[in-house]
Amino acid sequence: MENALIEFQNVTKRFNTRPVLDGINLKINEGDVTTIIGKSGTGKSVLLKHIIGLLSPTEGRILFRGKPVDGMNKREWKAYKSQFSYLFQDNALFDSLTVYENIALPLQQTTNLSKKEIEGRVKVRIEQMDLLEATYKYPAELSGGMEKRVALARALITDPKIVLFDEPTTGQDPIRKNAILSMIVQNQRRFDFTTVMISHDIPDVFFISDRIMILYEGRMIFQDTYDKLDQLDHPIVDEFVKSLEGFKDELTGLHTKGNFERLYEQDSSQKEPHEAYVVLIFTLEDMDGLSENVGDTAAPEVIQSLGTYVNKHFGDFGISTRLAKDQVATILPSTEIKEAERMLEDFSKDLQAKGLAQIQADTRLDSNSEDCFSFSIFAGLAEGRAGDEMDVTTEKAISNQKPILKFTCEIRR
Amino acid sequence: MENRSIAQGISLATPFTFLGGVVIGWVNALGALVIFFVQAVLLIFKPKQLPLIIQQVFFIGAKSANIVMLVGLFTGMVIGLQMYYVTVKFGAEGVLGSAVALSLIRELGPVLTAIMIVARAGSSMTAELGILRISEQIDALDTMLIDPMRYLISPRFAASIISFPLLTAFFDLIGIIGGYFTGVILLGVNPGIFFNRILSDVALIDITGGFVKSLVFALIVCTICCYQGYFTHRRLEGRGAKGVSLSTTSAVVQSCVLILISDYVVTSFLL
Repeated sequence: MENALIEFQNVTKRFNTRPVLDGINLKINEGDVTTIIGKSGTGKSVLLKHIIGLLSPTEGRILFRGKPVDGMNKREWKAYKSQFSYLFQDNALFDSLTVYENIALPLQQTTNLSKKEIEGRVKVRIEQMDLLEATYKYPAELSGGMEKRVALARALITDPKIVLFDEPTTGQDPIRKNAILSMIVQNQRRFDFTTVMISHDIPDVFFISDRIMILYEGRMIFQDTYDKLDQLDHPIVDEFVKSLEGFKDELTGLHTKGNFERLYEQDSSQKEPHEAYVVLIFTLEDMDGLSENVGDTAAPEVIQSLGTYVNKHFGDFGISTRLAKDQVATILPSTEIKEAERMLEDFSKDLQAKGLAQIQADTRLDSNSEDCFSFSIFAGLAEGRAGDEMDVTTEKAISNQKPILKFTCEIRR
Repeated sequence: MENRSIAQGISLATPFTFLGGVVIGWVNALGALVIFFVQAVLLIFKPKQLPLIIQQVFFIGAKSANIVMLVGLFTGMVIGLQMYYVTVKFGAEGVLGSAVALSLIRELGPVLTAIMIVARAGSSMTAELGILRISEQIDALDTMLIDPMRYLISPRFAASIISFPLLTAFFDLIGIIGGYFTGVILLGVNPGIFFNRILSDVALIDITGGFVKSLVFALIVCTICCYQGYFTHRRLEGRGAKGVSLSTTSAVVQSCVLILISDYVVTSFLL
């Protein structure tokens, strides 16, 4: 079995006599995005602070690459901590320092790099995080999203191997939430760090996480992939996870995946096994590239516009959901494949004629951006029978996808 | 019967339990304070400290200079006035210069300077550190491998050690000028006698004594103010903004009281 990067063995934490963590056993694998969810006050932040050494366990032990953290000498401890960065819930930026100074601080204070080298590295991060205009501003002068990006830039300036995020999207609107999570994943891929995150942004965290952990009353009741979450028989799934998921997706206004599946099951239970349905899949190609070129909010805005447009076209005939962060699925329960093909053709024409204009207007891509960018939307459909597994039909629809909208790079500079 | 005697025993022990708890609390707090002080002083000599110390000297020293000199001027003027009316009764107004200078250099200079710095810089040190603590900025330093004690506390200690004696010297000098203004210019004491008595009566031991006091006050003020701010989150009686406000109040009150107590102790050693 693969060795865990970080392992908790029966970790208990008590404040005075009150237990906050109660015999926690967990494993975090290298390179994974691990998301911890749980109600407020269940000890999620306390757990994260144990990983980075801000708190130490009352009982139990924490292992890093199989070595107990509490047995490390001063040099090992320093080497251990130097691999981490921590993004605080409220960012914890230094109010009296500018954005530049905040980002440069860890390099200035912990390395012997020259002023010029530090300046070079900070400027690269500032550009990557799209913070050029805010370089010499103070945190109080920034928007919530910008502050988050500054905190992320500061967390990544030392090229950490493991980044811990404590509720990185708190207080953000749906587009910004999506953008921050996309930004985390993009940076995780680009810089290849292990991510441990506390977040309640369902379904987005499910789309980006390799593993989900659920903390309930100080105990770890689930740690596995998102696919296995459905098999968890615990009151928290209904009372908390599903309540967080809700009925409508915050970003697109479409049905949530759970609600979508319920509606589909209700519909198929009323059908004869031979009765047909059609699945349509729409995919925004290279969502990460779009974010990189046009800014973090552009891609979620395109998905939001696509969702609105799909709902407008197919809302009267079927049910739609966001299947993945860049994918929208629609089921047309009482439509023949020929009819669905015709509807998709009409949708494509309409999307070319009016939809693109709407997406451009929503995302302000055409007027404000000075960068060269392009994106494509693909669509595919497949027919299934009431008795068929929906996943199989969905796979077929994905494999049948063809481009229905192409927005090509226009160099404006 | 047995239960009754146990209950009586418990009620008899209660005052001692309480007293013991208070004493243990005091000893613990004092121990923590000493460790905090020693750590802060040792970390002054770590690399990368100079720019931070200069910043703090500017804040604690340079920015306090105006108010310290203003207070010094009026203190000197009042002493000049009071001493003139005392000395003139005995026909000894010639000693006005040495009376003003000695009372300022030996006593009022170090004490009033320290109290003014507590009011201006000490309170803001506590409030700033308290806010850094409650907004997790100190934890953020820790996660970035920056020792908060080295980065935040030690430069303040070094700056206090540098600034307190300098500001005391300013206070003394301006105070003597104030005394000269009242005694010589307003009340007509002979200027030559005024300065001559200062030169003949003020000994080096008086000046070094004043500076020793100001160094002791610097360490006391900085330890109390930084400790209260740094450990704001441990206050049981108030969290968040209220905790910061309570810490600031405690820092100012404790610093002022300890300045006066230590003044007596140091004076008794110096005399």
